[in-house]
Amino acid sequence: MLETLSNLGLGFSVALSPPILMYAFVGCLVGTLVGVLPGVGPLAGISLLLPATFGLDATRAIVMLAGIYYGAMYGGSTTSILMRIPGEAASVMTCIDGYAMARKGRAGAALAIAAVGSYIAGTASVVGLMLLAPPLADFALRFGPPEHLALLLLGLLVLAYMSSGSMLKSLAMAAFGLLLGMVGIDQMSGYFRFAYGVVELGDGLGVVPVAVGLFGVAEILATAGQPTAPKVIKPRLRELLPSRQEWRESIAPIGRGTVLGFLVGILPGSAHIISSFVSYAVEKRVSRHPEQFGHGAVAGVAGPESANNAATSGAMVPMLALGVPSGPIPAVMLAAMMVHGVSPGPLLIQQQPALFWGFIASMYVGNVVLLVLNLPLVGLFVNILRVPYPYLYPAILVFSILGVYAVNGSVVDVWIMLLMGVLGWVLRKLDFETAPIVLGVVLAPLIELSMRQSLAMSDGSYMIFLTRPIAVVLLAVGAVLVLMNLYTFLGRRLDWRARLAMAEKGEEAP
Amino acid sequence: MTTDRVAGGALALLALVVVEECWRGRLPFGTLAVPGPAYVPILLATVLFASGILIVAFGRGAPAVGAAGWSEWRHSLAIVATCAFVALAIERLGYRSTIVIACGFLIGVVERRHPVAAALVAIGLATGTYYLFDTLLRVQLPRGPFGL
Repeated sequence: MLETLSNLGLGFSVALSPPILMYAFVGCLVGTLVGVLPGVGPLAGISLLLPATFGLDATRAIVMLAGIYYGAMYGGSTTSILMRIPGEAASVMTCIDGYAMARKGRAGAALAIAAVGSYIAGTASVVGLMLLAPPLADFALRFGPPEHLALLLLGLLVLAYMSSGSMLKSLAMAAFGLLLGMVGIDQMSGYFRFAYGVVELGDGLGVVPVAVGLFGVAEILATAGQPTAPKVIKPRLRELLPSRQEWRESIAPIGRGTVLGFLVGILPGSAHIISSFVSYAVEKRVSRHPEQFGHGAVAGVAGPESANNAATSGAMVPMLALGVPSGPIPAVMLAAMMVHGVSPGPLLIQQQPALFWGFIASMYVGNVVLLVLNLPLVGLFVNILRVPYPYLYPAILVFSILGVYAVNGSVVDVWIMLLMGVLGWVLRKLDFETAPIVLGVVLAPLIELSMRQSLAMSDGSYMIFLTRPIAVVLLAVGAVLVLMNLYTFLGRRLDWRARLAMAEKGEEAP
Repeated sequence: MTTDRVAGGALALLALVVVEECWRGRLPFGTLAVPGPAYVPILLATVLFASGILIVAFGRGAPAVGAAGWSEWRHSLAIVATCAFVALAIERLGYRSTIVIACGFLIGVVERRHPVAAALVAIGLATGTYYLFDTLLRVQLPRGPFGL
């Protein structure tokens, strides 16, 4: 414990230095803007702004990108409460009671509760990250290629299981993403694969054009033609303070949402969305007045908002400690770290303590920055929402193209983004999730390398995966998830994932 | 045809294309002990093919393709065409000229906003983002004729 505190001291000495503080502030501000804009979630935001960090050193760049990440999670609540449009998917549940509170004239209170809940959850979950990541990293040092492969496969299986749609479709998308990740020069033999003579594809498909295409451009293609201009409720600053009764009603949901969000965040999958959904369901279940949910229940805002922000820190645990992203957003964060020469994983904490602990400390600072930013500047963010979409989406498109082009200075990346955008739009229409594709592209080289190394170690015997205890346990957990899904499918039951899918589409469960 | 059947069929077809490409490109499959560059792609193609077939098999109850709601397709096509124009022109005409033309087209023609407003927004976006990225953040952006 003393060692952790001394390390944290080192982290604060890094995080409180003026330049780092400034980049945390800029990251939080930009992240909040990204979260506020409908259609530009944290994933697209981080991808778009990655090139802007190229001129910075690794610590500053990562602190800024992390600020964008949790700033976007904060910002998503503003559009949910004021417009009933989730700024990003994790804010879907906040729309229900947040907007209902706004219509009752309690928009300011709802925003304040969301901001304070997010602050408490964000700060508390960083403590969890700080305590959990180092021992997990120590444990991961025992991993060889078979354990690593088992862990990566488990990650994909959990992501597929946790997704709100069909597990089979998600697995198909993961396999498709892994295949996309095979494009380029084979690391072990030097063969060119699936490049069709395009030299730029030698390094493979970049995560940034794939992610921006599938999430940013696809969203624009889907929404630009829709009749828009929804009403924005503008809160007054003097209404920002919740009443004593509202504070009382929000304390327990914030506490529950924090614990739940952090735990769900560690698991692979769309943690933010799932955590807010589960938190909403828990709050409704434990409430003495469940009939108030949907009509402006304070717990319906406090719980989900706390949960999705706690999940942000939870998602950092496997990424920093194991080098394994638990979802598409940590996957892009991982890619961003690699661009800056940082390899997350068990050795990161030992080899770059100033970076790791500086990053942890910057998250504490970032949460304070967000609390200070969010409430007084809410009027400014609301005005951005009033920019008509026909003017807004060309700007988002320009940033998408710019962000993708600037990574390698290559037009090929712009074409990849465009193809992925069309693919993402079509897949959305066909009710397929695109997050597993991004994760597949990131994990493909790691999976292939671990598999080929494992087979070389065992002289071609697949039994190596069944003779090493850690690999067996990880694969067994994956098998259980597949069986659980089969059980639900064959019994034609409506489980929590089906209800989550219906909630995301705004449908009522029967 | 249902959405699942179309998508599942496309995925299975893609898996076959991957296998054919491995064969045509003469990528060595290797052995179990020393897997070659085609080993994992073919393994993944097998998984994708099986998934595609299962999606087709269980896809009877999915909504029809036409019911998926494609009403915005004209708008989407215009945006895709604009992006394609940007990809073709950015290194020939330069960043600023390309973005002015692309945004002007999207706002003025596709969205039918007032031409002056469209021109002002397009010029503002192009010069503003150029200044931010190229001048301030030193991310080099292409210049076209006359240094634009």
